[in-house]
Order: sequence, then C-alpha cells, then structure tokens
Amino acid sequence: MSIQVRDVSKSFGDFHALVDVTADIEPGHLTAVLGPSGGGKSTLLRIIAGLETADSGHVLIDGKDVTNVPARQRGIGFVFQHYAAFTHMTVWENVAFGLKIAKTSKPRIKERVAELLALVHLDGFASRYPAELSGGQRQRMALARALAVEPGLLLLDEPFGALDVKVRQELREWLRRLHDEVHTTTIFVTHDQEEAMEIADRIIVVNHGRIEQSGPPEDLYDRPANDFVMSFLGPVTTLGGQLVRPHDIHVSTRPTTGAHRATLERVVSLGFETRIVATPAGGGEPVTVQLTRNQVHELALEVGDTVYLNVPHVAAA
Amino acid sequence: MGKYALRYAVLGYLALLLVAPVAMVGYRTFQHGVSPVWDALSSHDAVQALKLSLLITVIAVPINVVFGISTGWLLARRRMPLPWLVNALINLPFAMSPVVVGLAVFVLYSRTGWIGTYLFSHGIPVLFTWKAMTIATIFVSLPFVVREVVPVLEELGSEQEQAAAVLGASTLQSFFRVTLPAIRWAVVYGTILTVARSLGEYGAVNIVSSNIVGQSLTLPLYVNNRINQLDPTAAYSAGLLLAVISLLILVGMTAFSSRRHVEADK
Amino acid sequence: MADTALARVPGRPRRWSLPRPVVAGVGPGLSVLYLSLLVGLPVAAVISQSAHHTFWSSVTQPHTRSVLEFTVLVALGAAVIDAVTGVALAWVLVRDDFPGKRIVNALIDLPFALPTIVAGLVLLSLYGPSSPVGVNVAGTRIAVLFALLFVTLPFVTRAVQPVLLTLERDVEDAAACLGARPWTIFRRIILPAILPATLTGASLAFARALGEFGSVVLISGNLPHTEIASQVIFQDVENGVPQSAAAIGVVLLGMALVIFLLLAFLTRRNAARHG
Repeated sequence: MSIQVRDVSKSFGDFHALVDVTADIEPGHLTAVLGPSGGGKSTLLRIIAGLETADSGHVLIDGKDVTNVPARQRGIGFVFQHYAAFTHMTVWENVAFGLKIAKTSKPRIKERVAELLALVHLDGFASRYPAELSGGQRQRMALARALAVEPGLLLLDEPFGALDVKVRQELREWLRRLHDEVHTTTIFVTHDQEEAMEIADRIIVVNHGRIEQSGPPEDLYDRPANDFVMSFLGPVTTLGGQLVRPHDIHVSTRPTTGAHRATLERVVSLGFETRIVATPAGGGEPVTVQLTRNQVHELALEVGDTVYLNVPHVAAA
Repeated sequence: MGKYALRYAVLGYLALLLVAPVAMVGYRTFQHGVSPVWDALSSHDAVQALKLSLLITVIAVPINVVFGISTGWLLARRRMPLPWLVNALINLPFAMSPVVVGLAVFVLYSRTGWIGTYLFSHGIPVLFTWKAMTIATIFVSLPFVVREVVPVLEELGSEQEQAAAVLGASTLQSFFRVTLPAIRWAVVYGTILTVARSLGEYGAVNIVSSNIVGQSLTLPLYVNNRINQLDPTAAYSAGLLLAVISLLILVGMTAFSSRRHVEADK
Repeated sequence: MADTALARVPGRPRRWSLPRPVVAGVGPGLSVLYLSLLVGLPVAAVISQSAHHTFWSSVTQPHTRSVLEFTVLVALGAAVIDAVTGVALAWVLVRDDFPGKRIVNALIDLPFALPTIVAGLVLLSLYGPSSPVGVNVAGTRIAVLFALLFVTLPFVTRAVQPVLLTLERDVEDAAACLGARPWTIFRRIILPAILPATLTGASLAFARALGEFGSVVLISGNLPHTEIASQVIFQDVENGVPQSAAAIGVVLLGMALVIFLLLAFLTRRNAARHG
C-alpha cells in the first residue's frame, strides 16, 4: 500500500500537534518517523491509522481518500507502545481476535494463528495470558495479532520504547528480517535515531508538528537540511560557529590554512575510539573531536598541547 | 505493650458495637427453638414481604447495572454534556437521606405532583404501590455500579479498545469482547452492592408504601411492623434472614474487592 | 505524549470541520435524560414543594429547631468518635498482625451490607429493654449515637487504610533514629499524612449520619427528645403535611450539599499539593 498525507493539521486544545503535514510513503518500504517526543510523530501515525481525526487535510491509501473511513475499515495493523494486549485473553485468543471479527472459518483461524505464533517464536505460549509474558514476548504477540489479518499496512508506535536495551536491539533486527520476508508496507515511530538509521529504508524527521526532512538514512546523515536534522541524526560539535560532526574534524599539531587554534583540554580513551576536547584560542564552546586510537598515537597528543582543527570541506569563517 | 492495648481496645470496640449485637440477633431468633422461626418465616405475611423485596430487587438491579455500565462508559470515554451536572446527579442519591428520597418520589407521584396528576387522571396509580417502591429503590441504589465502573475504565485506558478497532471490531463488538470482560469484576462488585441496598432499603421505600401487612411490605418494612406489633419472633426471624443474606453479600464483597481493579499490564 | 518540547504555534484561523455525527450524541443524551427524570425531577419536586410561604415557620418551629440541632450535634459526635476509632482500626488492620485479621477486616464492611432496619434490630436486641447484659439505652440519645456509630463505622477506616498502606516506613524509622518517641512520630509524621483521608471519611460519616433513618427508628423509641430530622420528615408525611417535610428535607439536602462541596474542595487542594 502507498500512503499519501496531504496538508494534515491537528490540534489538541491550543497545542498544535501537526501543522500542514504532507508526506508520501512508498509501498513495500520500511519507513521510520523520527523525532523528539511531543513533536507530533505519534499523532501522524494515529491519523494514518484512523485512531485520530485530522482537523484538516486528507489521507490517501492507494490513491483512495480514507480521511473519513473509520479505523476498523482501513485494513491496517497497528502495534502500540504499551502492547495494548487484551489482558483477559490468552496469547492464542489475542492473535485470533481480528480473524474472528472478520468471521474467518475455524480451521483457517487455527492454521493462521499457528503460523503467526511460529513466525514470532511464541509457539509454546498459546495458552498463556499476557501477564505471564515478558515485555519482549508481549510485543511479539502484539505484532502477530496485527499481522494476523494480513494488513496491507503495518504501523508501529514506538514499538520497542518500553523494552530494555538488549531486548530492543534483538527485536529491532528481527523486525528488519521480518519485513524483508513479508514486505508489508511498514511505518514505525521512534525517537531513537540509531534505531531509525539501522532498520529503515526511509526516514521522515518530524519536529514541532512539521516535517523537517525525509529521505534515505544516509542522505539525511550526510546532507541534513538544517541544524535540527543534523543534530538529531548524529553527534555534533561546534567549530567556528558551525555545526559539524566530531569525526569530520581534522586535527593537526601544525597550523594549516583555515584551521582553528585550540588548546587540548581532555583526552578520553574509549577503546578503539578516542575522544578529545579542545578549547578554541579565541574562547567559545569546547570542541569535541572523535579520533581513532592510532591517530592519537601518531599525533602524540597530550593535555595542554596546542592543536589546529579544521573540517576539510568547511571553509573557516 | 502499647501495641497490645490498642489491638484489644479496637477489637473490643468492634465486639461491643458490631459482633455481639449481630450474634445476639441469632440468639434471640432461636431462643425458643427452630419451629417458631420456621412458622414465622413461612407465614403468608413473611412470604409476601420476601416476594415483594425480591420483585423490587429483580427490577431495580438490572436497570441500575445497565445504566451504570453504559453511563460509566460514556463518562470515561465520550464527551458528556454538562459533566459536572451528570456527576452531581449520579452522586446525589448517596448524599441524600433515604427519607428525603422517599419524600421526593412521594411529592412527584402524589395526586397533586407533577407526574402524579397525569397518572391519577389516567387511572394509573403509582404512589403506594410496588411501582413507587421500585422507583425509590432504583433511586437510592443508582450510584453503586457507575462509581465502581468509572475508575476501573479510567485505569484500563482506551488502548485495548483502539487495538480492537484497528483489528476491525465495531464499537459494540469491542465493548462486549474487550471492555466488558476487562471490567467484569468491578461490575460484579457494584452489582453486589446494588443488590444489598435494594434488598435492605427501608426509609425511602417506607414513605411511598401503603404499609399494609401481607400486601405492600418489603422484608425490612415487615421487620419494623412486627416489632411495633409486639411480635418479636417474627421480627427477629425476618431480621436474621436479612442478616444471613448480608453475610453472603459480605463474603461476595470480600472475594471481589481486590479483583475488581485492572490486572497490571507491564 | 506531550512533554517538554511543546510546540505552540501562534493563532491560525480555525477551519470549518463537519459536525460530529449526531448519532454520537444519542447515548449521552439518553443518559442525561434518564438521570434528570429519575433523580433530578423528584429532587426539583421536593424543592418546589418546600418553596412555600410556610418554609421559614416550619423550619424554625421550636420542636423542629431542637430536632435539627440534635441531629447535627449527634451526627457530629458520631463523626468525631468515628475519626478516632476509625484511625485506630485502620492502624491495627495495617500495622498489627494477629490471627483472624482478615475476618476482622472483612467485618468492617458489615454495616454497608446489613439493611439499616436490621442494624437497628441488632442494637435493640443487645442494648434494648430486654438486654441480656442489663444495658438498656433504648429511648435515650445515647441509643441514637450508638445506631449512628454502627452504620458509619466503615467510612473513616476505609478512607485511612489505603493511605497508611502507602506510607513509607523509612520515614518513621529515620525519625526513630533521630530520637523521636513513638507518640512524637505519630503526631509529627503519620498524623499529617492521614489527616486528609481522616477528614474525608469523617465528612462522609457525618453526611450519612445526618440523614440516617432505618437504624434509628427501632431503638430511639419515637420520643420527642430522641427524634432526628429524618423521623420528623417521615411523620410529617404520615400526618399529611408534606410542605413541612419538604422544608426539613431541603435543609438536609442543603447541609449535604455543603459537605460535599467542602469535600470536593478538600480533595482538589490535596491533589494540587501532591499533584
């Protein structure tokens, strides 16, 4: 399914969650909607799902205007951050719910639920209640429940936000593999740039109810449209009044053209990577630079040294 | 030392105020053996009182359960017009003296009352019949289910309902398959309280009843009537029957009070 | 979802949107209509009935006045005693441990489950004319207080219990380490924490006691000096003067309203403080 969002606005009281948002989602892609919390990304997802009504604007699914179509008729799968598991139903009943509503035949339901439980590795858990599952298992169950009705579009609202780091990492990779198998058009909301960069085909950056930029991850990282996107997608530091990536700064012990003179304040060894912090000669904010351990050795850097910093493609002011 | 003093002081207070008097009713009832009690309870007047109490309960409870669940759901999930007024009207029966409730129904349905005038001119008597008694009972037991259901619905949140909607369920389907099962213990608890109040109501029902023995007395009215007619055996027998029912209700309340909240979903 | 990064876009003109389907208003509409007919209309009828030129004379007539005074006084007395015993009960049920505690805990709710007339009967059997323990208080004002204490027993205990359960014992331990004596700890640390709940419970008990009827009729003996307001209302109806009954009823309603407004204010202030 392809999704078109056209000039969608939404306010809650005097809080403007979305302002004239227009976006296109390509069929078959795994798209991340990335942004800080409160930026409007969940609202965008919920409007696409039909769980929220836009104040103005349109949502088109496969070219059809679905703005006034209720959620239950949109044929989508939705995964909630806090699972929204049906607490009084077993895992099996949870997954079978959508199929029962659709009046699927009993043998078909059995077959389909078994298939899905195998897909999310919950084969042995069919008769458990959600309260008896771990957070990661519950989220996999929620995913199976959403996929059971074979939705043309899968929406995930901060699906891994409530899980701990290790489980989150596992599920993230697993979601990517799953997508490569199933190819359902998928949109997921996250505030974790690493998560977005790692698994999405395209990223839409949303902030203050507006889309800041959208495109493939590497485009956004290398050619950010503005300072916000730049600082949200990776580490940044200020050099000569400009935002640059710490690993883009070139360090030298001798003056070079256009380089900024600075005094080395700190050298922090992080294994393979070494981070140095230097204060510019003219004052101003300390600059952080990412180097490899070898580079630090070659330059024989020590605290108190004078260093010269420049970014090869950024001219000094 | 102080700990024990407090413990026994508190238990002693409970014993004197609660336990000893209730036990005393049991003793008084069976003072002269079992057969007078059986005779008293199987008398025409006692049976009629029990039947009337049951009739009123059987009508009042379902009405309040259905109203309580639907209004509770509307309050928790939808926008209500004038929510403060709705809340005030729901809580009013708890704040009012049952006698004032009875008086209110009396005034409204009396021959000169706003509704009574119309009913009397059409030959539909309500006041001094079981109908007025039922209306008074519905009034006093109105808040129990709503007040149990609303906090549990709020605790539950609407995420499960949204999940059901996205999976294709209509509002009714999602209500009966997802919401109602999730709040069932709160409904049961509220229903138990409603039954207790409906069976036991005295003041509100008394004012709108014609108080004719063997015809328009509920079990609590019958207890009072028998005391006034110096027939303590019948009064204590009926009282004990009500007390036993209350003990069963208490067991139900204890069993469900801890289960009525939403199972933690973390 | 809205947290620190609240975006506030300055005023954009509001666009027209279709009104929500009328269907969505049917449920709430029916609910409000039902409530108005069942609860609102009768209450309005009583108020209208009381709005009679005899209102003031009914309420200030000497007997009625003394009855109202006694009603308020005895209800207040019951609420104050409840506050003390209720806190003690809650304390014992939360902090103490003894065999049969769960049964005692369940028993607290008995007055909620027991029909009020049976509560009266129960008290009459032990503290009435044929009392086996030789305590006959029937027909005295003490009997009325007893009946009110019986029916209002659960209010304070049930309000204070959950608060005591959530109270951090560390604070008490810390105070004890600082040399505070048990009474000081109770007065300085525990009492302030449970005071709002105690007040709430006592106000509910007071409101309930003000309008109590069933538990009182049997044991008060229908004597002029033991009568409380609801009994006078009842007699006025029996005697065919509903205007007078309605006038007293409206006074009771007014008092209940004040209590509940006060309670709402108290809860709001408390919620704001702990918000």
